[in-house]
Amino acid sequence: MTTAVQEPHETSPVTVTVDGQARTAAVPPRRLLVHLLREDLGVTGPHVGCDTSQCGACTVVLDGVAVKSCTVLAVQADGGEVETAASLGGDHPLQQAFHARHALQCGFCTPGMLMSCRALLEEHPSPSEAQVRSWLKGNLCRCTGYQHIVDAVLEAADG
Amino acid sequence: MDDPLDDPLGDVALPGPLGHPVLRREDERHLRGAGRFTDDLAPRDAVHLVVVRSPHGHARIRRIDTAAAAGMPGVVSVWTGAELAGAPAMTGDATAGPLRPLPVQWRLPGMAITEHHALAPEVARFHGEGVAVVVAETAEAAVDAAEMVDVDWEVLPAVTDPRAAADPDAPVLHPDLDGAEGNVLVSLPAGGGNFARARRRADVVIQRTLRNQRVQPTPLEPRAVVAEPGADGRLTVTTATQAPHRIRRFLAESLGIGEHLLRVVAPDVGGGFGAKLHLHPEEVLVAFAARELGRPVRWVATRTEDLLASNHGRDQVQEAELVATSDGRILGLRVRIWAGVGGYLSGMGAGVPAINTGLMVTGVYDISDVDVVTHVVATNTPRVDTYRGAGRPEATYLIERLVDDLAIEVGLDPVEVRRRNLVRRFPHRLPSKAFRLDSGDYEAALDLAVDLADLTHARRRQQAAREEGRLVGLGVALYTEFTGLGPHRALNLVGYDNGGWEHARVSVHPTGDVTVRVGTADHGQGHATTYAQIAGAALGLPTDRITVLEGDTDRVDHGNGTYNSRSMATGGMAVHQAATAVRQKARRVAANALGLPADDVDLVDGHFVVLEPSTLARGLRTVRHGARGLAGAAVGRVTRFQLPDDGMGRHSLAWDEVAQLATSLATYPRGEQPGLETSAFYTPKDMVFPFGAYIAEVEVDPGTGEVTIAQLVAVDDCGPVLNPLLARGQIHGGAAQGLGQALLEGARANPDGTSATGTLQTYAIPRAGDVPRIVAEHTVTPTPHNELGVKGVGEAATIATPAVLVSAVHDALRPLGVPRLDMPLTPARVLAAIHAAQDRS
Repeated sequence: MTTAVQEPHETSPVTVTVDGQARTAAVPPRRLLVHLLREDLGVTGPHVGCDTSQCGACTVVLDGVAVKSCTVLAVQADGGEVETAASLGGDHPLQQAFHARHALQCGFCTPGMLMSCRALLEEHPSPSEAQVRSWLKGNLCRCTGYQHIVDAVLEAADG
Repeated sequence: MDDPLDDPLGDVALPGPLGHPVLRREDERHLRGAGRFTDDLAPRDAVHLVVVRSPHGHARIRRIDTAAAAGMPGVVSVWTGAELAGAPAMTGDATAGPLRPLPVQWRLPGMAITEHHALAPEVARFHGEGVAVVVAETAEAAVDAAEMVDVDWEVLPAVTDPRAAADPDAPVLHPDLDGAEGNVLVSLPAGGGNFARARRRADVVIQRTLRNQRVQPTPLEPRAVVAEPGADGRLTVTTATQAPHRIRRFLAESLGIGEHLLRVVAPDVGGGFGAKLHLHPEEVLVAFAARELGRPVRWVATRTEDLLASNHGRDQVQEAELVATSDGRILGLRVRIWAGVGGYLSGMGAGVPAINTGLMVTGVYDISDVDVVTHVVATNTPRVDTYRGAGRPEATYLIERLVDDLAIEVGLDPVEVRRRNLVRRFPHRLPSKAFRLDSGDYEAALDLAVDLADLTHARRRQQAAREEGRLVGLGVALYTEFTGLGPHRALNLVGYDNGGWEHARVSVHPTGDVTVRVGTADHGQGHATTYAQIAGAALGLPTDRITVLEGDTDRVDHGNGTYNSRSMATGGMAVHQAATAVRQKARRVAANALGLPADDVDLVDGHFVVLEPSTLARGLRTVRHGARGLAGAAVGRVTRFQLPDDGMGRHSLAWDEVAQLATSLATYPRGEQPGLETSAFYTPKDMVFPFGAYIAEVEVDPGTGEVTIAQLVAVDDCGPVLNPLLARGQIHGGAAQGLGQALLEGARANPDGTSATGTLQTYAIPRAGDVPRIVAEHTVTPTPHNELGVKGVGEAATIATPAVLVSAVHDALRPLGVPRLDMPLTPARVLAAIHAAQDRS
């Protein structure tokens, strides 16, 4: 019997555009997008905080949609466009508001939090506090108690 | 009212940038996704280490076969626990002993010490304990090979509850351990006075058993370690730790090598909360493998590994008896604590309950007759050690629950019964005599909390809600804790194998810019910002001229690390002292250059200026200046620096000029060493005791059991607040973790000892929708023990929040006659209690 199933150690080339730059790596079929980004491409924005898609530290925007990059296989992202926190430059209103409002402490959740918040503001440009808190349920932060993050999002929305 | 944080210091004056909400310099890299956490720094050629872990709570290894794993593609090496326990220590000396067990830093008097090997050689005593390691070229290959390690287990009976484990019939984890009584490693008294006499005098006796459940600290970055052998024979270990120097010391001991052969680096660390303070097995294993293989080795915990095999917190069963008069005056307190410390003792695992809880059970109250015994008990669970608050949340919860019960019993308002028992005179020696509360105004904090919560109106609202059948509750909790762990003598007397000092070095570059090196280790607190504020205040410099270095044993000479909210009260004081000494030396250099005694010069707005000199000094200066003019002319030819003359000598020198003078030597004071650099070991005179008052208003949904927090008021007093923005961030984060313990979190074990909460799907930490907007304000009562008057704030809210929320939920449920509930007050638990109460009525 022949089979098309790829062996775990065999690799396929995957090309993604990361923050505007086309990047290619050969990856095994089980590799997740977050590991393609981190291990193969050296992109340090998305972080791995859990193994059950609970924490959201790996959130990136893939083809315009905020996704937890631990829920996407690298091969599924082939040909796709990935945006990480680096794509925000340095003076995005969310970055400014996070800084001004002390919306980060250890910084580990921050890149994923920012990408999730950006997606929020694209969908709800003037969210209520309840909307912000509801949206952020997919991103865990263990340091800030969320209040300053919520304040930062509301400030960025106003600005 | 206006935000009092706009005027954060009350009437306490702090110099320069201190007291202001300076924005963090740490933020920029994280906001760009350019933070450098341990796993970001792993070299490309690093091999990956995977730990093979016990699937059982308690089991003996009959046989372990690694041949199949070793033959898997990409595998570099496989070691078992038995092999490592027999391995020669890595001194190059074949006669040296095996790898040594992990250290136990807090050895209480009379305590039996368990041996924790980096991998279990014979018996695994908790679910997740390592028994073998596989090292392979990739993470995937290592994971695949680890699956092939074949262990033949003999499953043993397990015990996970600390009080059950103290039973003489319980399965014994360490049957051959000298000095242990079954699983009880030590029973330590911590009381004073005469409880029996107090009980005889009492009208009211409140008895209850409280469970302070086991929680999992869960910093968002799982632990990670990378070790790289260097060409110089040294090993660099990069690890997600709160205390690099401590890790270096204990890692060197475990490996059997000199500390000088190790460099330990803590880069960006993604939260710690106490769980990243102590040496863990993986640090030993990764370092061992790197030296054996001569290659960089990397280990990154999965979340499940982090939940299973990192240190946990709390886990106490407390039997308590509070005795009082019928008018609510507390006379005495008797407490028996069974504290689970897990399968093995960790660094401070035994001290947390026996000292941090045992000595603090009286809280903010003046209780003179106290009888406490803490039983430190081994159980088939991960090790328990420091977790944010470390022992003080357990003490606070205990006394505050009892005081609430007392209020009900004697028919007093819970605020009033607290008022009647507060400690009011300071210093106040606790009954144990071991601690002395340094300073406080507990009633001021309580009054502010009552005002902010608008308690009178809140009570009316509650009454109206109750008449509608709604379950609304108001809770109050007061706390005091201790921070800035020290001084040495007190620590050493209770078996703590470390000084309470912190170290800082302040170096002025010839340009006048400054580097501060300090032995604490930031993991989200914003040290680079706050230490720059402290040094800037002492040196009269803007903070952007100051660089702060931490977290690297090669760059910072000495250190104790960041824990016990000690960074500002000890690290900050070390920086303050070193910077102040540098300022004094700069003053002497400047004065000498100006031809004046040091007392005639001071640093004002970045310049050393001549104070109004006396006639005598003026004359003296003219003579000195004449002499200096000759010498200066000669020096001016060989150095680029020459003091411009204003006829009577210069009247001021800029900071930068003095910095240059200090190394150019042209006009150097006699008998002084060149350079502007000082190091300081700051040793606290005594513990310092922050305190505060919290009030919560909650509503319980009788249909779902869900608790909604309508308001949470936090009033904390940590002395003068150095950076109000960052302090408030600590309160918010601490309150969220306290809320987690109160309402959501609990590490649960199955009867066989396996974990039932090994993922974030089964272990709930608070999300944005769970945490209310917190009203965080403070009073300011400086400590007399240090010049800045500062205490610590990092753990405050985690200490007070469980007590206040549980107080409020019980108040909400009172009309139903619901009995006392243990944390976490999950919807399921609350609903079950409501149903049970309804069934009874």
